[in-house]
Amino acid sequence: MYTETQIINNSNDELVINVGPQHPATHGVLHLVITLQGETIKKVEPHLGYIHRSIEKMCESLTYRQFICASSRMDYLSAHINNHACALTVEKGAQIEVPQRAQYIRVIMDELTRIASHELWWGAMAMDLGAFTPFFYAFREREVITEIMEETCGARLTMNYMVPGGVMTDIHPDFQKRVKEFIQLFKSKIDEYDDLVTNNIIFQNRTKGVGHLSKEDAISYGCTGAVARASGVSCDIRKLYPYDIYDKVTFNEILETAGDSFARYMIRMGEMRESIKIIEQLIDNIPEGDYQAKTKAVLKLPKGDFYTRVETARGELGVYIVSEGAATPYRIKFRSPGFSNLSALDQMARGGKIGDLMATMGTLDLVIPDIDR
Amino acid sequence: MYSLHAITHSIQDWLSARLSPVWVLMIESIIVIVLAIGLFAVLGLILVWLERKVAAHMQIRLGPNRVGPAGIFQTSADTLKLILKEGLTPDGADKFLFNFAPFVVMIVAMLALAPIAFANGFQIWDINIGVLYVSAISSLSVIGILIAGWASNNKYSLLGAMRSGAQIVSYELSAGLSILTIVVLTGSLQISDIVHAQQNGWWLFKGHIPVVIAFIIFIIAATAETNRAPFDLAEAESELTAGFHTEYSGMKFALFFLAEYINIFIVCAIGATLFLGGWMPFHIGDWAQFNHVMDYIPSSIWFFGKTFFLIFLIMWFRWTFPRLRVDQLLTLEWKYLLPISLFNLLLVTVIAIMNWHF
Repeated sequence: MYTETQIINNSNDELVINVGPQHPATHGVLHLVITLQGETIKKVEPHLGYIHRSIEKMCESLTYRQFICASSRMDYLSAHINNHACALTVEKGAQIEVPQRAQYIRVIMDELTRIASHELWWGAMAMDLGAFTPFFYAFREREVITEIMEETCGARLTMNYMVPGGVMTDIHPDFQKRVKEFIQLFKSKIDEYDDLVTNNIIFQNRTKGVGHLSKEDAISYGCTGAVARASGVSCDIRKLYPYDIYDKVTFNEILETAGDSFARYMIRMGEMRESIKIIEQLIDNIPEGDYQAKTKAVLKLPKGDFYTRVETARGELGVYIVSEGAATPYRIKFRSPGFSNLSALDQMARGGKIGDLMATMGTLDLVIPDIDR
Repeated sequence: MYSLHAITHSIQDWLSARLSPVWVLMIESIIVIVLAIGLFAVLGLILVWLERKVAAHMQIRLGPNRVGPAGIFQTSADTLKLILKEGLTPDGADKFLFNFAPFVVMIVAMLALAPIAFANGFQIWDINIGVLYVSAISSLSVIGILIAGWASNNKYSLLGAMRSGAQIVSYELSAGLSILTIVVLTGSLQISDIVHAQQNGWWLFKGHIPVVIAFIIFIIAATAETNRAPFDLAEAESELTAGFHTEYSGMKFALFFLAEYINIFIVCAIGATLFLGGWMPFHIGDWAQFNHVMDYIPSSIWFFGKTFFLIFLIMWFRWTFPRLRVDQLLTLEWKYLLPISLFNLLLVTVIAIMNWHF
C-alpha cells in the first residue's frame, strides 16, 4: 500500500520534451531530451550523432595537404582557424619553417574569422532570446569580412586558404586597405550592438545569474573558450601556448568570474574588441617575403605522435596525428571545443526555466558539426 | 465638423419608408455584417503588410516588394496560398475542439469590433457599457487559445497555451485598471461619451501625469494581451517552436494569424479612443480658430492616424526587444504594474472629484 505522499511522489507529473533535432533554438541537428516539471527543467540529455560524417576516419585516407580541407567542415564558422590547427600540426611533424609574412597573414585572417564567428553568435544569441533584429545587424558587418576573404582567397566561409608551410596565395593588393576600413566601421558598430542588446534591461534580466557554471565544474567538464573564461578559468591558448606570432602582439585575455550567461556574453563581446586590437597591430607591419615555404610535393611525416592546439572562436581545438611515416596519417583525433562545452549544459540548465535553457545554449555558441564531426 | 450621421440616417430613412421595421433591421444587419467582414479582411491584409514593411526597415531589408507596387498584394497572395493549403488535423488531437478553437478566437475578435467609433457618426453599436463590453469580450480569446493548446495533443502547444492563460488573465487586470482611470474622469462607459468628453483636449493632455502613467501601462498591457513580443511567450519561437498554434496549418492557422492582427487593431483603437480622443480632432481648450482649422481634417483620418500610430509603437517594440521569461512576465505584472495602476486609479479619482483636470 502506498501512503498519500508516496502516491504524489510516484505520480508522473514530469513532462519529457524533445527539443530538436529540428528546432529553431538548436541551430542545427542537436537533439535535447528535456524533462520538465511545469516550466522548470529537471534534466537535459543531449543526443548526438545526427550530423556525424566520420571526418576523423576520412582524414586517414587523405594526404597531409588534403586533410586540412576536411577540418573546415567541422566548425564551419571558424573554418580558417581549424585549418590553422591542422597546418601547425603538419608543420610541427615535417619541421617546416613558416615565413614571417605567412604567419602575419594567418593571424590576421584568424582574428577576422573570430570576429565573423562572434558576430554570427551575437545575432543568433539575440534571436534565441526572441529579438530578431540584431541578427540582421550582425550579418551586415559580417558580410564585409566575408567579402574581404573572398577577395583574397575566393571563398567566403570554408576558405581552405591554409597550406602546410604558409598560405595558398598572396593577399589581394587591396587587403590592407579593406581591413583598415572594416576596423573603422566595426569600432562604431560594436557600440551600436551594446546599445541594442547589451544595455537592454530585458536582456540583462534574461542572462544575469542564468546558467551558472562554477570554476571547478568548468574545469572538470573540460570547458574551454569563452565558457571557461566566464567562470574564471584562464585558458586562452593564444596566451598560454602562443603559436605563429601571437607572442609578438599585445592583447588581453578577457576573464569574468560570474560564470553566468551574461559573463559568457561579455567575454565574447570583449574578444571582438581584442581581435580588433590584434589586427591593428599587425595590418601595417606585414613583412615582405614569401607567403609559402618551399615544401616537397609529397609531404611525409616521420613516425610518431604530433599534437597542437589553437584557440578557435569556440575554445580549444586540439589536433592529434599518429604517423607511421606514410603520406597519409595513421590516425587523426580532433579535440573539438563544442563537445566539451555541451557536456556542461545539463549542469547549467537544471533548475532553470525553458527560457533559461535557450539563453544558456545561446551563450555556449554551439556549432553542431563541430560536436559530431 | 463633418459627420457621417447624414449618410447613416438617410439609409435608415430610405429603408423605413419602404419596408416594415423587422426587414429594416435585417437589411441593416446584413449591411453591417458585410462592412465588418470587409473591414476585417482589409485590416488583416494591411496590418500584415505593414508589419512586414516595418520589420524590414528596422532590419535594414526591403520587405515584400514583388507582388504589386511596394508588395501590397503580397498578403493577398499569401492568403490565397493558405486557403489552398491542406488543413491537417493531427491523429491524437481532439478533432472537434481542434477545429473549433480558431473560430472562437476569430469570433471574439470580430465581436470586440462592435462598439468602436471609426469616425464621427460611424459606429456599429453605441452600447452604453461600450468599454466594459470590449474588455469583457477581448478577454474571452484566451479560451480559444487554451482550447487550441489542449486539443492539439502537442506538448509545445500545451505549454504555450498555459503560458498564454497565465499571461492574459494577469494583464487583463492592469489593462482594466488603466481603462477605468478614463471612465472615472469621463463618468461614462459609453464610447461616444468618452470621445465627446475630449472635445476641448485629449485625456492624455488634460489628465496630468496620472493619465500618462495609465496610458503607458495600457500600452504595456495591450502588448501583453495580444501576445506580442516582448511578451510573445505563448508562441515563443525559439522555445516552443510556434506555441499554441504549432499543429495548425492552412486556413485554420490563418484564422489565428488574422485574429492576432485584428486584436492589435482593437486594443490600439481602444487606446486611441480613451487616451487620444478617438476620432476627435486635436483641439486646444478655447482656441476657436485653431480648433476650427483642425475640424477640416476628416474624423476618420484622425481615428485611423492615432490607431496606426499606436500599432506602429507596438510593432516597434516587437522588433527591438528580446523576450521576457515567464516568471519575469508575471513579476512585472503582479509586483509592479498592478500596484502602480491601483495607486494611479486612486490619484485619478481624487483628481476627478476635486475637478483638478482641465
